[in-house]
Amino acid sequence: MTYALQTRNLVKKFGGFIATNDVSLDIEAGARHALIGPNGAGKTTLINLLTGFLEPTSGQVILKGEDVTRLAQHQRVRRGLARTFQINRLFADLTVLESVTMAVNERLGIGARFWKPVGAHTAAVDEAAALLATLRLLDVAHENTRNLAYGKQRLIEIALALAMKPQVLLLDEPAAGVPTTESRELFESIAALPRDVTILLIEHDMDLVFRFADKISVLVNGGLLTHGTPEQIANDPKVKEVYLGEAVYD
Amino acid sequence: MNVPTLDLTPLRRADRWHPAEWVFWLLPVAAYFIFPNNLVLLTQITITALFCLSLDLILGYAGIVSLGHAAFFGIGAYAAGLLSAHGFGDPLMGLVVAALVSALVGYLTSFLVLRGADLTRLMVTLGVSMMLYEIANKLTFITGGVDGLQGIEMKPLFGQFEFDLYGKTAYWYAVAVLFVLFWVARRLVHSPFGLSLKGIRLNVGRMPAIGAPVNARLSAVYTIGAIYAGVAGALLAQTTQFVALDVLSFNRSAELMLILVLGGSGSLYGALVGAILFMAAHHLLSDINPEYWQFWLGALLILIVLFARDGVMGALRRLRTALGKGSKK
Repeated sequence: MTYALQTRNLVKKFGGFIATNDVSLDIEAGARHALIGPNGAGKTTLINLLTGFLEPTSGQVILKGEDVTRLAQHQRVRRGLARTFQINRLFADLTVLESVTMAVNERLGIGARFWKPVGAHTAAVDEAAALLATLRLLDVAHENTRNLAYGKQRLIEIALALAMKPQVLLLDEPAAGVPTTESRELFESIAALPRDVTILLIEHDMDLVFRFADKISVLVNGGLLTHGTPEQIANDPKVKEVYLGEAVYD
Repeated sequence: MNVPTLDLTPLRRADRWHPAEWVFWLLPVAAYFIFPNNLVLLTQITITALFCLSLDLILGYAGIVSLGHAAFFGIGAYAAGLLSAHGFGDPLMGLVVAALVSALVGYLTSFLVLRGADLTRLMVTLGVSMMLYEIANKLTFITGGVDGLQGIEMKPLFGQFEFDLYGKTAYWYAVAVLFVLFWVARRLVHSPFGLSLKGIRLNVGRMPAIGAPVNARLSAVYTIGAIYAGVAGALLAQTTQFVALDVLSFNRSAELMLILVLGGSGSLYGALVGAILFMAAHHLLSDINPEYWQFWLGALLILIVLFARDGVMGALRRLRTALGKGSKK
């Protein structure tokens, strides 16, 4: 079995608070892996450790067999690890096409070219346009990002990550804040991604998780409670206990 | 896969020269004939415009705030001034040396600027320029200290054109340098590099997640900004054949920020328009009231940041949108 992404005894402390507690996670190549857990379980912290946004207190992050614990965010991205953000992090005053072209530029390694105009690097622009087409964003390609509805903006969030042609994609609550009608469409786009892309999904909506994932890990209080197939998780009494407590608030 | 076609013209045409831009660049020619007795002032405006362009690159495009940009202006002025005061009076060689020295100092200090956010950057840039000011003040035997650097003698431009008493050569020289560097800056901001700078300004947190090395880009643009400022300083030293200590003063850095805000940061023409308006206002207002002219300047500044936040260029953009007319950068 080959693993796309692993962690070994990963720990993150903020002062006395342990946000990530000895997490050892194995994500198989090509998996549709979901990470669930109640609010404050440390899901986003874990994503931030995986991507290099945060440095772990101890432990390792291993990407395709390579220890990347000490690598900066952009270096991990260049090795095939991309992410989306729970709250949109977009470029408000750039058009959709400009934003995605910029991301493609970086992947192609032409982001620092300073002489010819953006539009003259046709391979990058064409690829960005093709990506917008697959996400059905062509009609808004020349719109400023800030003028788009939230659901569309969530798609740009995903487009920017896909522009990295990732082998491992981390989706941090991709449907957060999107109306139910639009979230279905959004998940169709995600489900349509090629199978060789490994996906780690953080999601609150259990319906979506159980429809999408083939493997689920449950995070509670910073530590891994359990992991297994959707059926195993659905029937696990420990998980039920955690989620029954939470269901009242959620 | 069947890819629906997308009209790419808006992106492809983004860097085309608009007719209004050509008209704008006729202004320096027109000014030469309309104000033949004010060439010294016009040269100062041109140099200030170049200096402001340099701040626009780092602040308007990359979002690096600086309250000490005069550091590089001063370094360029002293580099070119000292060179020609010691017998190497070729103007273009002076510019190249000034550019190299400012680039070096810009690159080295860029690592200080990368650390921290806006307030840290303001303080670091301010600190660097204050230190340089005092170094130049102290090293009297090199810089002339408060008396200024004297003995600058310029060789003819291209071995042909003497720097004349009326400032004709100086004016065309400054305008030509401004135009060439403006043209380069224009290519730069429309390139992938320029786009990534806008990305950094708009959302620095996202850039690493799309694989962009933010620090390397900021370091690069800061160095380029330093070169532009250094060349502007060198032009001042060469055209006035004097370097006063105030090339490094805080006042010069602060005034520059004001000029850019007035013209509109994040637009190359904003830097140029700001310099023209500011210097003209300075000239006219201080004629009317030499002691208190800054009062009106202060009032103008407040009005602009309250009611036209992106300066003159921003106001023009809004006006054009309101009139529903075509596009101009």
